[in-house]
Amino acid sequence: MLRDITIGQYYPSDSILHKLDPRVKLLGTLVYVLSLFFFRGAAGFAAVTLGLAALIWLSKVPLRYMVKGLKAIGVILVLTGMFNLFLTPGEPLASFGIFKITEEGLKNAGFMVIRLTYLILGSSVLTLTTTPNRLTDGLEKALRPLNKIGVPVHEISMIMSIALRFIPILVEETDKIMKAQLARGADFESGNLIKKAKAMAPLLVPLFISAFRRANDLAMAMEARCYNGGEGRTKMKPLKYTGKDGWAYLIMAGYFAGIIVCVWMSRNGRNS
Amino acid sequence: MNLIEARKLVHEYIRRDEEGNVEGILAALDGVDLEVKAGEFVAILGHNGSGKSTLAKHLNVLLKASEGTLWVDGKDTLDDNYQWDIRKSAGMVFQNPDNQIIAGVVEEDVAFGPENIGVPTDEIWNRVEKSLKSVGMLGYREHSPNKLSGGQKQRVAIAGVMAMEPKCIVLDEPTAMLDPQGRREVLEAVGALNREKGITVILITHYMEEAVQADKVYVMDHGKVVMQGKPREIFSQVDRLKSYRLDVPQITLLAHELRKEGLQIPEGILTRQELAEALCQLY
Repeated sequence: MLRDITIGQYYPSDSILHKLDPRVKLLGTLVYVLSLFFFRGAAGFAAVTLGLAALIWLSKVPLRYMVKGLKAIGVILVLTGMFNLFLTPGEPLASFGIFKITEEGLKNAGFMVIRLTYLILGSSVLTLTTTPNRLTDGLEKALRPLNKIGVPVHEISMIMSIALRFIPILVEETDKIMKAQLARGADFESGNLIKKAKAMAPLLVPLFISAFRRANDLAMAMEARCYNGGEGRTKMKPLKYTGKDGWAYLIMAGYFAGIIVCVWMSRNGRNS
Repeated sequence: MNLIEARKLVHEYIRRDEEGNVEGILAALDGVDLEVKAGEFVAILGHNGSGKSTLAKHLNVLLKASEGTLWVDGKDTLDDNYQWDIRKSAGMVFQNPDNQIIAGVVEEDVAFGPENIGVPTDEIWNRVEKSLKSVGMLGYREHSPNKLSGGQKQRVAIAGVMAMEPKCIVLDEPTAMLDPQGRREVLEAVGALNREKGITVILITHYMEEAVQADKVYVMDHGKVVMQGKPREIFSQVDRLKSYRLDVPQITLLAHELRKEGLQIPEGILTRQELAEALCQLY
């Protein structure tokens, strides 16, 4: 299951999305996420779906690869759907004991699941088309103004890029430890929830110890390569806006305006 | 002047109990003398706990000596002002390839060092290309390090050090976690850097076979340098090496055993070919 997480995994390709400035993509993701929570009605839905489809197509990342990332949040999706389905007040369509399904519930559940799915897919486009280093470069530069009020922007972005780099390594390690403990008779499957949680201890303790050891090694390796904080660093790939970044900003603005129009129209439609 | 020169280097790990009282002192380095000339290939051999890794960390100022002096490229390692200069001139490659690669793409990882020391962008691109080429990894420049084999990762790590254009590379058991294939790749890359680019190499290892190609070998035991000399001189003393819990290369051992059985072959045979020639001359 852990292997299926595609968040934070770069997919090498030469698509136009890959070549965009990470700051554009960061803002774009933000705009997209906002639009997901703003949109109302069929027109809005069509707009966000079209937007997502266009992004995925432009990214040249196989859809199958992206959908894999959804499996990991399957449980959350199902739970959210259920809560919305059964706990939304309104006209009951059908009822089972104390639970009843309402029309609003059905609608809410549908939209919520779609929103979450789109959210994961949309944000994975960002990480699939941007190397972690460029992503953090983008963050660092976009958030630089915060440095003035004492936010350690460089350090945060460095921590993030390292975390992203170590996700697959730690996943592999978890797998290894799990197998080693299974071979010694550990039981991760049976028993109730509490028993299962307790059974995780022999998995988590070695994992944490190894993570700390790795952190120690890595810190030493970084120091050995003259890492000395953000001061005086140069960049191999400094961020520079090009023509296509401007176009991307324009398209983004157009998209957002479209969503707002959709929201406004559906609100007017309801009022009249 | 020698590129690296250590005089009576001592490093003590002090163990304290919970109140901070000294419980015990472990001398990981105990009066080490070391001389490495520019362009040399030096191997430092030793069993686990012999202090060889501690010595390596001194060469890069990751640790500081408790006593004695160490000059790297004419700079005193005890002087804080030189810390970054020394790290620039003595690069370091560690044992675990996963724990020293910082970036998610090969070329960006190689660029990490030059970025830190403020090399201009165009020059970084040059250096990345040059150093990836020198370890034969240029074709992988846009790959993710996670998908490389251990030997390839370690060669990327070496390229990362090379990109800082050091005078000397210190490799701390770079092959300990690799399979035979990866080990060969890494050693070939290191040998080529030494021969072709004149980079001084200090290879720390407990595999005797890796020390054969060195110009000079130091053997360490319990924090002391107990033997030093050319590989041939060192490996001819099979019994003494065994007393330091080190195994001589298989071929040398075979020659040694044959000699003990009365065959007239010289001591200190290092390669298969030498042994074959020596045996042929008998008949």
